[in-house]
Amino acid sequence: MFRYILRRLLQMVLAFFGTTLIVYALMFAGQGDPIQALAGERPVTAAQRAYLTEKYHLDATGVGGFFYRYFDYVKNLVQGDLGESLTGRSIGQILQQAWPVTVKLALIALAVAILFGVTAGVIAGIRRASIFDNSTLLLTLLVLGIPTIVLAPLAQYFLGVKLQLFPPTAGSNPTFYALLLPGIVLGSLSLATALRLTRTSVAENLRADYVRTAKSKGLLRRRIISVHVLRNSLIPVITFLGVELGNLMSGAIITEGVFNIPGVGFNLFRAIKTEDGPLVVGIVSVLVVVYLVSNLVVDVLYAVLDPRIRYE
Amino acid sequence: MTHSAVFPSPASATPEGGHLLDVRDLHVEFRTSEGVAKVINGVSYHLDPGETLAVLGESGSGKSVTAQAIMGILDTPPAVIRSGQILYQGRDLLTLSEEQRRQVRGKEIAMIFQDALSALNPTFPVGWQIGETLRQREGMSRGDARRRAIELMDLVKIPAAARRIGDYPHQFSGGMRQRVMIAMSLAMDPKVLIADEPTTALDVTVQAQIMDLLADLRRDLNMAMILITHDLGVVAGVADRIAVMYAGRIIEHADVRSLYKAPAHPYTKGLLESIPRMDVRGQELSTIKGLPPNLMRIPSGCPFHPRCPYVQQVCIDVVPHDLVLGDGRTSACHFAQEVRDDSSTR
Repeated sequence: MFRYILRRLLQMVLAFFGTTLIVYALMFAGQGDPIQALAGERPVTAAQRAYLTEKYHLDATGVGGFFYRYFDYVKNLVQGDLGESLTGRSIGQILQQAWPVTVKLALIALAVAILFGVTAGVIAGIRRASIFDNSTLLLTLLVLGIPTIVLAPLAQYFLGVKLQLFPPTAGSNPTFYALLLPGIVLGSLSLATALRLTRTSVAENLRADYVRTAKSKGLLRRRIISVHVLRNSLIPVITFLGVELGNLMSGAIITEGVFNIPGVGFNLFRAIKTEDGPLVVGIVSVLVVVYLVSNLVVDVLYAVLDPRIRYE
Repeated sequence: MTHSAVFPSPASATPEGGHLLDVRDLHVEFRTSEGVAKVINGVSYHLDPGETLAVLGESGSGKSVTAQAIMGILDTPPAVIRSGQILYQGRDLLTLSEEQRRQVRGKEIAMIFQDALSALNPTFPVGWQIGETLRQREGMSRGDARRRAIELMDLVKIPAAARRIGDYPHQFSGGMRQRVMIAMSLAMDPKVLIADEPTTALDVTVQAQIMDLLADLRRDLNMAMILITHDLGVVAGVADRIAVMYAGRIIEHADVRSLYKAPAHPYTKGLLESIPRMDVRGQELSTIKGLPPNLMRIPSGCPFHPRCPYVQQVCIDVVPHDLVLGDGRTSACHFAQEVRDDSSTR
């Protein structure tokens, strides 16, 4: 297990540099004159141009020059310096402000998925083909069928503006209450998937041979379900939720955009819109790390839950 | 309760004939979307203390379903018990409440299954699974249950039981896994052990070891055993009596010795003739032609008639009764006498 984690960590280093290289290349390949992009509409003086060319090593051209600048960037990155955005703000600081908001939002979404999705999935799995099972099937299909870009404004309009149950937008430094509706909207998709997954898994495990054995041991049905069936059924569900947490943490661009939540997704979206190359690359670099780590945690968790899985 | 004098109370009810377990005229159907499959059509057999009954038959003959009906672990639906009685120590299990039946499972009647790998829970250590019965049913403490689990694993001859108690089912070989299964079934000293094809998933050499173990345990712990199998070779050394099943009926019932010597049903005769013999070389292996019937469309008359070499018009028209041949032997064949005489002169 230890060797496996070590090998995975080494692979992560490679994956990290690979993805940052690609994002870095893509982001700057599209730009014509980075200095003009930095200045926007205003004219750039010769002195300023010379200073910036010097600062960003723009005099080196071609592939060699690109790698020169990339390694320059990576060198700072390894030292923990994410650099500055085109607007002159420290990218580290931007993320420091955005991250807690996104994490809160992600946790609310995940809690919604676990609380309602897994519970309803277990009940639907036990009572297969019942009214409850069929109505959850219908509802989950509905939720899975509606894209967030439709669901989020609808929820905002009806629950936020019309019924005024929730604040329609969050704004800076949002409270838990302000994040609740966006969290539910964001979590509804994970909820639906978790429900379907749990339901199938429980239904399948209820038919397993070991359930018959547990029954013939004279155990209570309550115990058979809550210990034997649940332990086996939740392995794939927990794996899914782990990956999902990684997805949620890397920012919900649409949900944060609609509800005006100053999280990671919101900042990323704005950076792409304003062609702020350094900011995009900075945010994506950190997202890559979050995603890689959450994937590793899921894989390790998987081995802990299922004793049949042993990593060499 | 004005009729309490007429009906004996359950406690004073003496089992008729003194049988420990008595299955009487059991009928079970499986109701599926494709139709109704008549899986068990009037099965009767009994088991006395300390004896081994082998129930023999092909897949789909109803031998496992009968056992699951006795255990009360049939999935209902699709299974429906139409009629019959399952008397255990004189009490009809089918009239008991679910809670009362649960009390019988494991403690009075225990069961082991064919494929121990899927029959054990893959996510819990074997010692935990053996001890679970004791903790949940007997209220044993964790430590006591663990010690008893080690004893049970020793009893079924698992080497280094104390060290292997924390291992998971997939870490054991097939034979050792079946031993774990057996240890688990013995946890509460059941009086009846139902072994549902306990050696089918195992290597031939391991099969013999497991059968020997079961025979020893049955004797040492003074249990009665129902051994379900499709392998005539497995039965010979272990069983006292054999019940042969076909299409949800017991078609022949006899003690082992006389059944092997002179089968009185064409199906049993065919089965015995299809065993490869060392003393008859250079002869083509004999087989029973045709396939077992579809249980949704059981043939008229004798269900074996389409495959039977003795078939006559009466077999197609009339369902044969159980013909009593003496010595407690029965055969559900119109020509039982002839078949037996044919067999004994071969």
